[in-house]
Amino acid sequence: MIAVRVAPRLLAAMAGHARSTYPDECCGYLIAPAELPPDGVRRIEAVEPADNRFDGERRRRFVILPDELRAAERRAEARGRAVVGFYHSHPDHPARPSPFDEAHAWPWYAYLVLATTATGVPRVGAFELGAETGRFVELPLEPEPDPLSAAPVVRA
Amino acid sequence: MAKVRVRIPTPLRSFADGRSEISADAATVGDAVEQLMVAHPGLRRHLCAPDGRLRSFVSVYVNDRDMRELEREATPVSDGDEVAIVPAIAGGAPSSVDRANAGAPAPSSGDAFARDELLRYSRHLLLPEVGVAGQKRLRAAKVLVVGAGGLGSPTALYLAAAGVGEIGLVDFDAVDLSNLQRQVLYSTADVGRPKLVAAAERLEGLNPGVKVTPHRTTLSSANALDILRGYDVIVDGTDNFPTRYLVNDAAVLLRKPLVYGSIYRFEGQVSVFDAARGPCYRCLYPEPPPPDLVPSCAEAGVLGVLPGVVGVLQATETVKLVLGIGEPLLGRLLLYDALAMTFRELRLRKNPECVLCGPNATQTGLIDYPAFCGVPPPDAAPAANEPPTISPEELRDELAGPEPPLLIDVREPEEWAIAHLPQARLVPKGQLAERVDELTSAREIVLYCRSGARSGQSARQLLELGFRNVKSLKGGLLAWSDRIDPSVPKY
Repeated sequence: MIAVRVAPRLLAAMAGHARSTYPDECCGYLIAPAELPPDGVRRIEAVEPADNRFDGERRRRFVILPDELRAAERRAEARGRAVVGFYHSHPDHPARPSPFDEAHAWPWYAYLVLATTATGVPRVGAFELGAETGRFVELPLEPEPDPLSAAPVVRA
Repeated sequence: MAKVRVRIPTPLRSFADGRSEISADAATVGDAVEQLMVAHPGLRRHLCAPDGRLRSFVSVYVNDRDMRELEREATPVSDGDEVAIVPAIAGGAPSSVDRANAGAPAPSSGDAFARDELLRYSRHLLLPEVGVAGQKRLRAAKVLVVGAGGLGSPTALYLAAAGVGEIGLVDFDAVDLSNLQRQVLYSTADVGRPKLVAAAERLEGLNPGVKVTPHRTTLSSANALDILRGYDVIVDGTDNFPTRYLVNDAAVLLRKPLVYGSIYRFEGQVSVFDAARGPCYRCLYPEPPPPDLVPSCAEAGVLGVLPGVVGVLQATETVKLVLGIGEPLLGRLLLYDALAMTFRELRLRKNPECVLCGPNATQTGLIDYPAFCGVPPPDAAPAANEPPTISPEELRDELAGPEPPLLIDVREPEEWAIAHLPQARLVPKGQLAERVDELTSAREIVLYCRSGARSGQSARQLLELGFRNVKSLKGGLLAWSDRIDPSVPKY
């Protein structure tokens, strides 16, 4: 994967989700065809909110339960798509993965991190776990032209 | 040894030659996972911690059951079992407080189902999309149905049958004979009883495992947030605009999904509103139509089976939301036409200008909904431009007097055929403007309809056209039947 491409309307949907759960973290699925295109650009086709099932302080943690992930995978598969990554918000924290994020990340997936404030415009970072290094690598986030939306999203 | 399939999660397939599963001969779950790692050594460091044990955020499922609910790695497997490795996805902002608190919590298994419950829900349990886990979600769900009428009846019946754990009902009415044509919760013997008493009996009779919570009240800005707060999903079965906006606004403010349905004569609408994921009712209709333009079911009539169809669609969407399966009607408005027997779908977009759920929302609380919809509260003093009314007793006396008024029935011909006053002439409300030349300003004109609503609007229309001596029969034929002539049937 060399870049992640996300339409502004999807960024707006994630930002709306993040605002709605603020000050708690939100999380959700990134949906696309499982096969990465030859150019290496992961094009996100849809986002789907998930429930933050962390059993505790949700301002600083999120958890997606395995059976809910399986259900999301089945829903995506039914449409010939796959869960290719996740987004989550960092309320009042930077759009960078935390050590905790890194320790719990999986290779192959795309991770979007949204830095949110109560009212502010979210900043978004895209990351992938290096399969060999076990460390996150930041990826370029390419906005896809989307005439339907003019959502104000600023790159981190 | 049993022959099992071991399913590899998508992110790890590149470490397993792109395969999605392997077959293994294993006695236990632990055996099967070990064989997977032997076959594809690159998987080991992703699945196991340095001490060789499975990492805390790797879950292993045996035929849809978490092995932690079973005997963990020692869980025996049989021929044909599927062992699936599922990543638990976790993360969070940097924090020094709970960095040690790593790993996903095990999903709670909850109470098992009793033997008769397994039988009751067996057709659900057979569906992989529902299963025991889904049935437990239904049992844990709390759904509020606002309005126990035409829409609320089928919705509540199917939710109770499906095993939704708690069903709240909001209604203040008593069962009326005219309800039974479509409100299938009630029987003829229930006429006159409070709806919620009859509904609770019927629903608990259908499924004693369901808790029915009655809210015998009119939903208002004062109580809506408190009532809705305790539920996971809200179902709109209301029949009027003030309550519909109230329910939408309260659901948005509380971040609850709202399953919307409405009916008019032969047509119905269904959608799912969830401001976190899509538009809300205000995105679709920022403002209510003027009250004159929207006759209620009581005035316009409704095909009895129509709320059945729409209410069952609402129940379907509610069950899907609880189970988290399928595609909810988010951002889509389903239009059903019973006469043409067609379903159409309109795409709905979140309105960026929405005062309630838009990015620059200005409304942060509930408002005065009757005023917003232009409907005066029932006990309000008549406004200055209210047309004059005449009581049934006064009309009876005038009709018997020397100068009887010109009596105009502004209802529809179908209603005229049910009953009308012998001295009256039929001029349906919609034809009034073009037939004013049939009226005379020399005599007093009294207009009537079923309840007094349409005749009041018609009277105002005539006053605006220059007629001076116009009155509307207060309470309409309903009041006439109650107070003057009980032989006039009510409908």
